Amino acid sequence: MKDLLDSILQGSSFLANLSEVALAILLLAIAGLLFAGVAAVCALVFVYVERKVAAHMQDRLGPMEVNTGIPLLKNIGHGWAQTIADALKLLLKEDIVPGAADRKLHLIAPFIIFCSVLAAVTVLPFGEKLVVSDMNIGVFFVLAITSFSVIGMILAGWASNNKWSLLGGMRSAAQIVSYEIPSGLAVLIVVMQVGSLNFGDIVAAQAGGLFHWNVFRFFPLNLIAFLIAFLATLAEANRAPFDLPEAESELTAGFATEYSGFKWAVFFLSEYFNMFLIGVFLSSLFLGGWHSPFGGLLGGFFDKGLWQPFWVILKAVVIIFLQMWLRWTLPRLRVDQLMYTSWKVLTPFAFGLIFFIGLWMLF
Amino acid sequence: MLFNFAAPLIFILAGALFIALNLVISRLLQPRFPSVGKATTYECGEIPIGTSWIQFNIRFYVIALIFVIFDVEIVFLIPWAVVFKDLGLFAFVEMMIFIGMLLLGLAYAWRKGDLEWDKPETDKFSREAAPELFEEISARPEKVTGELVG
Amino acid sequence: MNAFDISFYIFAAGAVVSAAVMVFARNLIYCAVGLLFALANVAAIYVLLGADFLAATQLMIYVGGILALLLFGIMLSVKFTGVELRTGTLQMLPGLLVVAGLLGLLIRMILRTEWAMLEPGEFQPTTASIGRHFMTDYLIPFEVASVLLLVALIGAAYMARREKS
Repeated sequence: MKDLLDSILQGSSFLANLSEVALAILLLAIAGLLFAGVAAVCALVFVYVERKVAAHMQDRLGPMEVNTGIPLLKNIGHGWAQTIADALKLLLKEDIVPGAADRKLHLIAPFIIFCSVLAAVTVLPFGEKLVVSDMNIGVFFVLAITSFSVIGMILAGWASNNKWSLLGGMRSAAQIVSYEIPSGLAVLIVVMQVGSLNFGDIVAAQAGGLFHWNVFRFFPLNLIAFLIAFLATLAEANRAPFDLPEAESELTAGFATEYSGFKWAVFFLSEYFNMFLIGVFLSSLFLGGWHSPFGGLLGGFFDKGLWQPFWVILKAVVIIFLQMWLRWTLPRLRVDQLMYTSWKVLTPFAFGLIFFIGLWMLF
Repeated sequence: MLFNFAAPLIFILAGALFIALNLVISRLLQPRFPSVGKATTYECGEIPIGTSWIQFNIRFYVIALIFVIFDVEIVFLIPWAVVFKDLGLFAFVEMMIFIGMLLLGLAYAWRKGDLEWDKPETDKFSREAAPELFEEISARPEKVTGELVG
Repeated sequence: MNAFDISFYIFAAGAVVSAAVMVFARNLIYCAVGLLFALANVAAIYVLLGADFLAATQLMIYVGGILALLLFGIMLSVKFTGVELRTGTLQMLPGLLVVAGLLGLLIRMILRTEWAMLEPGEFQPTTASIGRHFMTDYLIPFEVASVLLLVALIGAAYMARREKS
């Protein structure tokens, strides 16, 4: 986006009179609000997709009732407007804060969680030049900023003054914290191979078609690294089969028990946007980012222009579908199985992978 | 470079603004009927007994502690991973010594049971149903259809 | 007074105000939130100095790790209705004298030290050079750090275990 800023400054003489900084802030603020809006829409779409996927996997139909009466859209059917109705409903619900709860912290917690996810999206590339912030430490920044959500969950659990919220919040925090280690290590393997933390460099190193993607190099070690990263980020997003902290039958809604109306919607918006973030993150690191799987076919036609964001979103959607598939297929893990998987299986495997890939790269 | 870092900051502020706007809209549109029932702590319909304080397991703290140590290790690993391709065997050996030390720590924590979480005691209960109950049920075939018994 | 200076003053003020909240707040959790904002503002100041890797490290370790550890520690030891931190006013006068003396010492130190000034120009990425320095010039501190981490892990785990039993 720095290029966009520079081109605006050179192009228009009126705008160049404003200071560069003011223009930069304005541009970024507009982009930020746009991304936040897209996050909301994205969450709506994914909630609908999840309900439909869940329904069809369970041999039923899912939401079918809510369609609109607008002439052109009426015939789509299949309850496509269900989540729009849900979102409107949540906006109109009363915001009940329990009397014994801490109002200030109750208010801050959703902000912390949502803002950390939104900040992480700035570094992800949606195309060769389509990245908001071309940071040199992109990968590390995503890892660092997603650890903010731990604080948000603990505060949410605490502020509700409810045993279940507190227990859910603590368990969520312990789970996220345990799975940050294997996730960081698996991502480190890609960084070792590319030699840079910049997302642009990592995606550019995967040019050339399907078999140049990182997941197929150093076979099968990178595949194992991808699996470890996928499982670890799944657990960090509190998705099944790692969703004990928000299991309805166990802890009501976990740390979000005492939240109603729009604040609750923010938690789930963050969760679904986090899923999208993980999809784009993993696809940039392992699945070739904005490169098409066809490589040089048709003179690289599929690798240019609008095809780039298309491939990014397609790959992210595939990963999200995988996440939903796992949720509705596998039973939930117990807390001790969760901890066992992270510390005694994924972390040693990740360390072993670093050792073997290091050896392979040297000889 | 400052632009690249300003981006997440402005996005955080924009995100906060977005949510604040929506909360204000929600506040304007929502009904407000506070009642005693709504203000009490939720416990699935029961009246909560005692304060919401639970004696927590010390395991949460130990896990967070081990996490901090390994987090610092990842932070040390990252610059090494960035230059690994250019430096050679020497850097690899140095880092393996570093990782080896911390794997010793992980092994210590593993061995001393710090990574354990409370397991449910499934071994106390026999996995087979009581055999006499099974005999009784299988001796009355006519009741095993879909009719309600008793 | 350009944008760089203004942003520095904003972040510095943010850090100082958060630290003040942390010191003066009565509720322990508010102190932890104050610490969160103080650390985040310090990370922003690191960015202004061109230390990008260090800023992300600050966020990852301090906020993601140490603050979470602190919050877990608070949850483990505090009764739910929140501990009121009360400090007595008995030793106010000697306390004030000591603080004033320390303040004077710190101000004198700040004014007399020759700080390394920032070179003008574009900021360079620092990660690769940090990596190279770790492997060549600062190797011994690097390996000693691993031993230190091992010792910290063993010691803290041992103490946490003993408190349980």
